[in-house]
Amino acid sequence: MLDITANTPAFDPAYASQAAFRALMECMARPGEIRSLKGIDAPAPFAPATAALIKSLADYETPLWLDATFAAAPKAAEWIRFHTGAPVVGSPAQAAFALIADARTLPDFGLFAQGTSEYPDRSTTVMVQIDAFSGDAVTLKGPGIKAAHRFAAAPLPADFDTRLQVNRALFPRGIDLVFIAGNGIAALPRSIMIEER
Amino acid sequence: MSAPVYNFAYLDEQTKRMIRRAILKAIAIPGYQVPFASREMPMPYGWGTGGVQVTASILGPDDKLKVIDQGSDDTTNAVSIRKFFVKTAGVETTTKTSEATVIQTRHRVPEQALTEDQVLVYQVPIPEPLRFLEPRETETRRMHALSEYGLMHVKLYEDIARHGHIATTYAYPVEVGGRYVMDPSPIPKFDNPKLSDCAALQLFGAGREKRIYAIPPYTHVKSLDFEDHPFEPYRHDAQCELCGAMNSYLDEVITDDAGSRMFVCSDTDFCEGRRAAGHGPVAAGAMETARG
Repeated sequence: MLDITANTPAFDPAYASQAAFRALMECMARPGEIRSLKGIDAPAPFAPATAALIKSLADYETPLWLDATFAAAPKAAEWIRFHTGAPVVGSPAQAAFALIADARTLPDFGLFAQGTSEYPDRSTTVMVQIDAFSGDAVTLKGPGIKAAHRFAAAPLPADFDTRLQVNRALFPRGIDLVFIAGNGIAALPRSIMIEER
Repeated sequence: MSAPVYNFAYLDEQTKRMIRRAILKAIAIPGYQVPFASREMPMPYGWGTGGVQVTASILGPDDKLKVIDQGSDDTTNAVSIRKFFVKTAGVETTTKTSEATVIQTRHRVPEQALTEDQVLVYQVPIPEPLRFLEPRETETRRMHALSEYGLMHVKLYEDIARHGHIATTYAYPVEVGGRYVMDPSPIPKFDNPKLSDCAALQLFGAGREKRIYAIPPYTHVKSLDFEDHPFEPYRHDAQCELCGAMNSYLDEVITDDAGSRMFVCSDTDFCEGRRAAGHGPVAAGAMETARG
């Protein structure tokens, strides 16, 4: 049974969506820079900022794929259904957005929609919840970055650098990554290049 | 009832989500034209419906909006779009480039360098740079997929063969981030260098053609050219007769029916700012000295 009162956060559909989108737009335009946004309460394992982003961007047109941790939380799926109407799909290759609660088990990027050479925009935006923007930093270069930018996130899969390099090699195909820690977000669009650590 | 007549910034929320998703993909793939489900707007195609939809989707209540049409804040298109957003979003507007957080433009880039806190939204009539060379969308899409831009170089070469120089003066094709060839919208080629390594995010909206594309900040944008015919921005060899500027893009204004003319800055805010700071036209003799 869906408890609507417990599922209705204070979220103005026009203003709060705009604020969340604008923060993400700035993050996409300036890879690796961390912006904060006003998160909203949602059932675990949702981080407040993830919930705000999903509520701002997902609707009946955007299939969502959930990782094992999200999929094991029926209340999270219920929240998605009630607040966005987005279909939850079983295959990451069909997803417009993927939600990852456990960054250590981030699936191989090749499993997500990569777009096609003609339509590279038809690819998955992967939202990864992490503990913090700290740890071993990597140097980013590319569009949106003035000279170079240092980016750190933890936890990450051990082969994360290699995965990013493979993703970049596919350009203009490939996936775009959004990292979320609490109310902070940062993005690594497919256009970024990383330097050896 | 005191319910507002419009949703904030006119567009419904589902439309905004769709446009916002397209904008995010456009930023992630610099120069690539993302198809989007362009809506009918309460203004005709050709009046900036694409730019208006992009602006409506990014605009927040704290933004300060500036709208220019060919550099000017006070021409019909600029005034009507500014009024549209005052009415539907209630945002503050300004004519000062430095004060604006969102600038919607038709066919010019402001003279004053933009900052990281600004977004420049271009109105685009024909987003496909290859369209007049290859009318089939299926073919141009394949050419972009394969980075097959030889046809564009042939076009520029034919300019040289016919005129002795590259005669394209506006909507001059650029290569973004070393990958996609992009139409910068019909800005004069004088403005092309400003697109490269710009601190501000640049978004392009084509309403009739249903495309959104972007240049992220600090992205290398190269105007196509040849080693022996390098790209050259064009500017009338004159000063602004109101503020004396020697480095701004000039409009030619016909002043009578006997062929008299004057040159004035196309960017009205830039010109007003210079005049307010005490600049004025320089006498002919001094101008020769200034030119060296």
